[in-house]
Amino acid sequence: MSVPAIPAPAPALNPGKTKWFAFAAVAVAAAAFLLIALGGIGENLVYYWGPKELRAAGDKAIGATIRLGGQVAIGSVRPGDGVSNLEFDVTDGTGTVHVVSRGVPPQLFRDRIGVVVEGTMTRNGTFQSRRLMVSHDNRYRAPGDKDVDVKTLMRSTQGLDEAPVPRAAATPAVKPQVGD
Amino acid sequence: MTTRLESWAPKALVALGVALLFVGSFWGLAKAPGEVFMGDVQRIMYVHVPTAWNAMLTLTFAFVCALFSLFTNAWKWDNRLEAAMEMGVILSLLLCMQGAIWAKPTWGVWWDWDPRLTTTAVLVFAFGGILALRAFVDDPVKRAVWSAAACIVAFVDVPIVYFSVRWWNSLHQMQSTPETVSKAFHWPLRINAFGILFLWTGLVALRARVAALRLRSEIAPPVPEAPEGKSAPTGARFSGGDR
Repeated sequence: MSVPAIPAPAPALNPGKTKWFAFAAVAVAAAAFLLIALGGIGENLVYYWGPKELRAAGDKAIGATIRLGGQVAIGSVRPGDGVSNLEFDVTDGTGTVHVVSRGVPPQLFRDRIGVVVEGTMTRNGTFQSRRLMVSHDNRYRAPGDKDVDVKTLMRSTQGLDEAPVPRAAATPAVKPQVGD
Repeated sequence: MTTRLESWAPKALVALGVALLFVGSFWGLAKAPGEVFMGDVQRIMYVHVPTAWNAMLTLTFAFVCALFSLFTNAWKWDNRLEAAMEMGVILSLLLCMQGAIWAKPTWGVWWDWDPRLTTTAVLVFAFGGILALRAFVDDPVKRAVWSAAACIVAFVDVPIVYFSVRWWNSLHQMQSTPETVSKAFHWPLRINAFGILFLWTGLVALRARVAALRLRSEIAPPVPEAPEGKSAPTGARFSGGDR
C-alpha cells in the first residue's frame, strides 16, 4: 500500500484565534514565573532553617516538626548514649545548635559535611533529630587531582561557602570515629 | 510524503545515541576513577546529569513546538509536541528514579520534599497530565490547541527546576560547573549527554511520525464500504465527535 502524503487540514480554528491562546498561555506562564521568582514565595517555602533562624523562633520551635540545615562543626561529633545515637553541633558560621540524632548516619557523614536533620527543638536547647540527611556540595574530585585543596574539599554545604568560615577552618578535618 | 532522509535519519540517530551511551557508560564505569568521598556511587552521575540536561532540553523543545503549533497551525508541530512531551515525561521520571538511587547512599534517604526534587516531580505530573488530557480529547483541533496552551503554562516549571537550588534552601546541591567537576569525569559526561540527545531526538522524530499517521486516520477516516447515499461532508472531517 502506497503511503499518501499526510493531508494538512485547515484547523477549525483559524490562526488568528489560536494565536491568542498562545499569547494568553505565555502571559499566564510569565506571570506565574515572576510571582515565584520575585514574589517572595521563598519566605513561605522553606525547606530548612539555619541555626540562627531556629534560635530566632524561640519557643515556637519546641515540639514542632522542623528541619535544621547546616554544617557539622569541626570536632563536635561524638557517640551519644545508647547504641547508635550520635551527638554533634550544626553550625552556619554564626550560630550553632547541638543535635542529638538517632540511628546510623549515612556513610558520607563527617566533620564539615552539610546536614539536614528533621526533628524538633527540646526545652533544654538541643535539637532532637529523628532523621539525619547528608547533603554534599557540587564538587566532584578524582583521587589524583592536582588541585585538591583540603579546605575547599571540606566545604560541603553550598550555602556556607559564602558564609564566614567556621572556627578552626584551617584544621584539616579527619573522619571522626563515630560510635556505631 | 516521507523522503529518504526522513526514513533513515531518525533510526541512525537512535543507533548513534545508543552507541555513544555504550562508550560513555563504559568510560564512566570502567575507566574513570571513583570520586574521592563517594567512591563508585558517584558513577551514576554519568547517566543522571545527562538525563537532567536532556529532560530540560526535551521540554524546552516541547514548549517551542507548542508555540509553533499555535502560531502556524501546522499539524507537524502538534505531532512533535506530542512526541516531545512523552519523551520529557519519560526523562523526568528517569531523572527522579536515578536521583533516588543516588540519594539513598549519599544523602541517606530515597526522597525528600526539597525544592529541587519537588519541582522535578511537578514536571512529571504536569506533562503527564497534559498527555492524559490529549488522550481524553477526541477532536484533533481541540486537542492540539488545548494541549499546546497547557504545555506553555506547564513549561514555567522548567526554569523553576533550574533555579530551585539557587532560590531556596535545598538538600540537592547547586549546579556543578566544569571547574567543580574533576577533568577525569568530563568525557563520560559529555559523551553520554550527546548519546541521550541523539537517542531522544531520533525517538521523538519516529514518535512524531506515528502521531502523524494516527492524525491522518482521525481526520480522514476510511470511506465506509456502503455509503448511505450521501457523501461525507467536508466540514465533518475535523469534528471527530463520533470517535
